[in-house]
Amino acid sequence: MTFRRAILRGSAAALLVSFAFAAPSRAAPTLVAVAANFTEAANEIAAAFTAATGHTVTYSFGPTGQLYTQITQNAPFEVFLAADQARPEKAEAEGLAVPGSRFTYAVGQLVLWSADAELIDGSEAALKTGGFTHVAIATPETAPYGAAAVEVMRALGIHEALASKIVQGKSISQTHQFVATGNAELGFVALSQVVADDAGSRWMIPQDLYTPIRQDAVLLKTGAENEAATAYVDFLKGPEARAIIEKYGYAPGE
Amino acid sequence: MIGAAFRGRLGSFDLDTAFEVPGQGITALFGPSGCGKTTVLRAIAGLMRLPEGRLVVNGETWQEGRRFVPPHRRAIGYVFQEASLFPHLSVESNLRFGLRRSRGAARIGWDEVVDLLGIGPLFDRPTAMLSGGERQRVAIGRALLSQPQLLLMDEPLSALDRFSKDEILPYLERLHASLSIPVIYVSHDIAEVERLADTLVLMGGGRVRAAGPIAAMLADPALPLIRMPQPAAVIDGAVVSTDPVYGLSEVEVPGGRLVVPGDLGPRGMRRRLRIPASDVSLGRHAPLDTTILNALPARIQGAEPEPGHQVTVRLALGADGQGAALLARVSRKSWDRLNLREGELVVARLKAVALADPAPPLSTRVTPAARTATS
Amino acid sequence: MAEGPLLDAAMVETIILTLKLAGVTTVVLLLVGTPLAWWLSRAGGLWKEVVATIVALPIVLPPTVLGFYLLIAMGPNSPLTALLGRKLSFTFEGLVVGSVIYSMPFVVNPIRNAFEAMGPRPMEVAATLRAAPLDAFFTVALPLALPGIFTGAILGFAHTVGEFGVILMIGGGIPGETKVLSVTIFDYVETLQWGKAHILAGGMLAMSFVVILAMMLVERRLNRARQ
Repeated sequence: MTFRRAILRGSAAALLVSFAFAAPSRAAPTLVAVAANFTEAANEIAAAFTAATGHTVTYSFGPTGQLYTQITQNAPFEVFLAADQARPEKAEAEGLAVPGSRFTYAVGQLVLWSADAELIDGSEAALKTGGFTHVAIATPETAPYGAAAVEVMRALGIHEALASKIVQGKSISQTHQFVATGNAELGFVALSQVVADDAGSRWMIPQDLYTPIRQDAVLLKTGAENEAATAYVDFLKGPEARAIIEKYGYAPGE
Repeated sequence: MIGAAFRGRLGSFDLDTAFEVPGQGITALFGPSGCGKTTVLRAIAGLMRLPEGRLVVNGETWQEGRRFVPPHRRAIGYVFQEASLFPHLSVESNLRFGLRRSRGAARIGWDEVVDLLGIGPLFDRPTAMLSGGERQRVAIGRALLSQPQLLLMDEPLSALDRFSKDEILPYLERLHASLSIPVIYVSHDIAEVERLADTLVLMGGGRVRAAGPIAAMLADPALPLIRMPQPAAVIDGAVVSTDPVYGLSEVEVPGGRLVVPGDLGPRGMRRRLRIPASDVSLGRHAPLDTTILNALPARIQGAEPEPGHQVTVRLALGADGQGAALLARVSRKSWDRLNLREGELVVARLKAVALADPAPPLSTRVTPAARTATS
Repeated sequence: MAEGPLLDAAMVETIILTLKLAGVTTVVLLLVGTPLAWWLSRAGGLWKEVVATIVALPIVLPPTVLGFYLLIAMGPNSPLTALLGRKLSFTFEGLVVGSVIYSMPFVVNPIRNAFEAMGPRPMEVAATLRAAPLDAFFTVALPLALPGIFTGAILGFAHTVGEFGVILMIGGGIPGETKVLSVTIFDYVETLQWGKAHILAGGMLAMSFVVILAMMLVERRLNRARQ
């Protein structure tokens, strides 16, 4: 780097700093733990959040269980966006979270999806006729989307008939992989995974066939005093964030 | 007849050898370390393929142009420097390995080989528990039992200590006496060559310097062998009689008879004698009063001056000068005082005549060849 | 952990399946890996290095990477599927293919080392004793490399028993078909059934210990018998 360029960079940085100080309230950073499935939506929310409040947010993405374990081990996260309700509830119960701060920020939408454009005709017909060798679901014992998929098959009265064709992905993203690569002809995946994907065919599963897949967020005690953390929680409940959440294939929370 | 010609480049080394040796007896490939002896032997075995080569063994062409018979289809036996017994097999299984795979009738019998090499008592021992000499004897037996038409030996004694060498050499001599298959024997030890070889192929720097019968080669003025520190002549002869009272044997050699200490075996048995040049003195007349037993007429063939005021005189036994070659190393002063000349008849006095094989004859068992010779 | 038998039917099923997978994989690996190890120990040139590198790849690649490519290779549009006429994913055969590739270096390398340690001499001796190359391979090279083959078989077996990532990617967790021990343990841990997880994980730990210890002892005996 030349000396002149170094000076230019330095002044650009100074300029940014002065803008930050010009924001309405005192700008601060916050560190948020986010369930991996929410990655893309979270990134767009971060941009909108900074534009609106001047605060900055840094994410740490990972599987919900792993993030929770890190939180119990004093990780410096200030907000926790889980992929389920259990872990935030547990955080609250164990005194790691600010009491009463838990809320549902997104509701996962289950969709029956196939990479084959012909296979699903927008209804459960393909599931019932059974013209396939494998249907992929996430492990029902550990993944909420997997439990929901089992509920749907039970509700349709075809769970027993399909038992021998079910293959399980360890996570909803692996389940998506099975279907996307065609190894399973169809599978129960999250709408958020295929919302931007025009290819293939799908059936939007009516919400009354399965328990809503609520994803809860909670303000952790570490962030109680951080204005940026509380502002982020507020922003997540607001209309701007809800629009983004919907765009990425989730139903907004309450 | 074995005709071999190989040419090729090996690393920084040019090999260009061609020789023909008789299809019987022991032929020694002799030369300093690194002169290409082992390479030639490996090429004969087919373990190494030199791009240009021609090899005919007793009428069978093993390599010529694009023809190359793989080693397992060549009727050879190969004894390596290290015995290289198969460690996963017993001594007996090692011996049977080649025998089982040999084609045609077994000309070399199991009992014959086991007795010849004295390996019967080793059968039950793990190969790892054998001494160096025992291992090498088993390796030789294994090679013989594969019914070779040609036995190749790559310095089979060089990895052994003095004791083991002395243990094995008599077995090799017995082998020589009792089996009719030709042997090519690589060595850089002249003592081994003098004891065993019938034919000598002298190698140096990847080339064949000379080839011929051992006795003639040792006395050849054009070759470096005569200028070795301890030159010697070897003479093959047959036992005529033994004198148990004095413990002497008389041996018939070309151009005379020699009296040799010891019982050299039954009449007619072939023995090799080694006569160091420094043990031979020359005179114009037969000695009168002397302790020397052997004084034979011989004709001077030539004389090679040596550094250190000595002369190596080449002689042929017999008044006609047609007998076996003999070497005498005398002082330049004696040579000049007697005023000896080429072609002159002299009396060669042999201070000592020894068997090339210093070990006593193996009286425990008469080898098949010896049996034939006596009958 | 006091209630019920130590192992329930599902656990027994997964153990049997795992042993079957490891056994079949080991047999296939010995049949494929031994000639390959021989070739690697004797060949020269660039080709040998390229093949040796491919064989070694599973050591450094995350199993999920290997699993992902296997998943694609076993998909409906791959040449492999076209060749076989059916998908290999989510089948026992598919797991065998994945395990063979994944455990290959653990079998090939010890055998290759054993062949290399042998040196060229024994095969030369065999050739001079009229043994044709194939004959010499079976009667000399294989017996001499036995300790290495033994080590390779044990490592291949143990590595397959412990395999997780690749199976996760191509297995689909079908009980009795593709749901092996490591996946089952993962499930028990995830669903907080630590008692069952302990039984299986502890059993696996104990088995691994016994297998590797036995291997060390047998190897020591074999080596001692040789020298």
